[in-house]
Amino acid sequence: MRNRSLAASLLVGALALTACGREGGPADENAEPDSVEQSVQADVELEGSPTFDRMTERGNVIIGVKDDQPGLGYRDPTTDEYSGFDIEIARLIAAQLGFDPASDIEYKPIASAAREQEIANGNIDYYVGTYTINDGRKEQIDFAGPYYIAGQDLLVRGDDDSINGPEDLEGKKVCSAQGSTPIQRVREEGLTEESNIVEFQGYSDCVTQLLQGSVDAVTTDDAILLGYASVEEEGSLRVVGETFSDEPYGIGLPKGDDALRERVNDILDEARDNGGWQEIYDATLGKSGNEAEQPEVDRY
Amino acid sequence: MDVLLDNSDLYVRGFVTTLQLFALSAVGSLVLGAFLAMLRVSPVPVFRSAGSLYVTVVRNTPLTLVFLFFAFAWNLLEIVRISFFTAAVTALTVYTAAFVCEVFRSGINTVPVGQAEAARAIGLTFGQTLGQIILPQATRSVFPPMVSTLIALLKNTTIAAGFSVFEAGGIRQNLSERGEPVLEGLLWVAAIFVLLVIPLTLLQRALEKRWSVAR
Amino acid sequence: MSSVLFDVPGPRARARNRILGVVGVAALVAAVGYVLYRFYDTGQFDPRRWEWLLYKQVQLDLLQAFQFTMQAFALGAVGALLFGAVFAAGRLSEHAWLRVPATVVVEFFRAIPLVILMFVFYFGTGVSSLVAVVVGLTLYNGSVLAEVFRAGVLALPKGQSEAAYAIGMRKTQAMTNVLLPQSLRAMLPTIVSQLVVLLKDTSLGFLITYNELLRYARVMGSDPNFGRPQIPTAIVVAIIYIALCLLLSWLANYLGRRQQRSKLRPEAAMPAATGKADGEAEPDGLAGPTAPGDRPGKLGAVGD
Repeated sequence: MRNRSLAASLLVGALALTACGREGGPADENAEPDSVEQSVQADVELEGSPTFDRMTERGNVIIGVKDDQPGLGYRDPTTDEYSGFDIEIARLIAAQLGFDPASDIEYKPIASAAREQEIANGNIDYYVGTYTINDGRKEQIDFAGPYYIAGQDLLVRGDDDSINGPEDLEGKKVCSAQGSTPIQRVREEGLTEESNIVEFQGYSDCVTQLLQGSVDAVTTDDAILLGYASVEEEGSLRVVGETFSDEPYGIGLPKGDDALRERVNDILDEARDNGGWQEIYDATLGKSGNEAEQPEVDRY
Repeated sequence: MDVLLDNSDLYVRGFVTTLQLFALSAVGSLVLGAFLAMLRVSPVPVFRSAGSLYVTVVRNTPLTLVFLFFAFAWNLLEIVRISFFTAAVTALTVYTAAFVCEVFRSGINTVPVGQAEAARAIGLTFGQTLGQIILPQATRSVFPPMVSTLIALLKNTTIAAGFSVFEAGGIRQNLSERGEPVLEGLLWVAAIFVLLVIPLTLLQRALEKRWSVAR
Repeated sequence: MSSVLFDVPGPRARARNRILGVVGVAALVAAVGYVLYRFYDTGQFDPRRWEWLLYKQVQLDLLQAFQFTMQAFALGAVGALLFGAVFAAGRLSEHAWLRVPATVVVEFFRAIPLVILMFVFYFGTGVSSLVAVVVGLTLYNGSVLAEVFRAGVLALPKGQSEAAYAIGMRKTQAMTNVLLPQSLRAMLPTIVSQLVVLLKDTSLGFLITYNELLRYARVMGSDPNFGRPQIPTAIVVAIIYIALCLLLSWLANYLGRRQQRSKLRPEAAMPAATGKADGEAEPDGLAGPTAPGDRPGKLGAVGD
């Protein structure tokens, strides 16, 4: 056994030695959205919120996010920095709760299928990542917001003009994330044949397959699709622009923490009044040329 | 029981695909494996090295990685476009063939050298020696481990669920979309696999007992 | 080289083999060359698709993914060895109330695909992905190892235990002092081979979002900033996996060769040929004629 551990440590050592590479990101950074400066609220107090007590005790916030959705929640693999609309919303909330977004946030990328579980287990304090509010999920966790209304849309190759809405999907290969709301809708409404449904763990896999020609359309919320279209070469991908659902994005919170939910809703309302939300939108998703308004929060 | 009965469409569809994957890749890997075994026992040194290179590399590669290559990377090479199902069959075939090859080869090696020498002494060619003398005798030591390899193949088909082929391993995600209890649904999948594998295991044991006595 | 199938080739056969060899090499080179050309032609060797490797953060992430793989491997290996030992003891017990449940458990976990086992724990019981991966690896490989241990002990000549009993040893004493030390020697290569299987199976963790090497390859492989380098990332992790497994396989072969040299039990030798690493013993290998029904060697193939 000594031989193997020796060999293993040699390999680790070799890998560690090579870790002396380039710092910073790739040269063309024009696709990177700007970050919005947040002023940190001082002396925040929140009675009766176990989640907030946990954060204060720890001295930082652990936020569940997406890491593979450009424009919304994206982690740059070369710099370890997160960017996007959802990330900015997460930072806004952290700042208003008294935590410095620059130093007191720990991001935790979590796949769609594991979100409820991670919140319920207490592994994260809150979740911001294209999280559609629905009743099934409300049984396991609570939602603040919505902070954005997306809608299901289609992403196709730029040179493919045969798909212009959900009715054109018949006979086409449609891809989405495993267990996601959009693919359920495709299935329930019979938009394409069962054998033409392709499911992967994340939307990036779908986009890769779309670019390769293995699938004909990727379906999910328009915000996500716009993000993907914006980082590819111009004209290689096209968002159809016919939304066929409303997807209110909420902030996932541990079940029963009403104090925190109220506070986060207040923060969102405040951001409407002082233009903070608009500033975030303009710096991220707004760059695609689309316009949007902040929705009313739903204090259920 | 409700989960199984209410979603019997999912279970039937899933396991039918599993069995299709299994049957196609079993045939594929038996053919490819036999070919590789021929390479590995052939008199030409280059063929032997090529065969053992294939076996060594493939056996030390995780099956998941083989899947990754055929499901995602292959179409990028723009040689022949393949569907996800074809990719799964190819991956399972390429992987299992390495194991099938070794089963054949070690089976052939159990035949006493004298048998082949006698065959050659009476003037049989390489093909005749292999087909009429060696293989019939090797069969009995090939069969039991071959059944094991095929059982492993059957279980390995579940990996295809991660590469967009809906088979038994993919039943879970459809159950959770339907809001059905996932744990119970998965236990049913497991139970069906046990039902499929146990008879094969029994067959293998029986063959082994019979033929080991005969030797 | 003389083999069962052909004599040492004579001059004509050598000439023919040379021609076949040349043709074979040409065909092989052509096939490999064509695929490499396709790689090149479709831009898989573009510097842009490989640049990611140069970034410090990427290397750190890769290293961390490697650590996650090794962590699952180490925990799974320890768990599987313990599980195997306990259940092998159970199966060898004289008491039916121990033997029967142990047999059922072992057969059960060997029949269920590892993917399904991991799903049951991750999606069914809500444990973390690491726990699900490790428990899955433990139960499955532990069951296979239980069979290896059991067959190894059964394969020893009866005289060994009879002699132990004759000099007044109890069953436990005979097991720990006489049977185990001998059978462990013979089993070691098979055990290591099963560990290779376990190492390869850690990659199934990506199906339940465990952040190991393969999952990192998937994530990095779909990054738009580097032209979605699917093939480069796959090549890099493939090299790491193959290197790790070859190291382990080499260890198995090394142990096998040492067995062969050992004068104590020459008949227990494991085949040392290349590619035999997964422990498919030659049918006349480890177990010999004493326990033909339960050769541990065959289990290597099952354990995949």
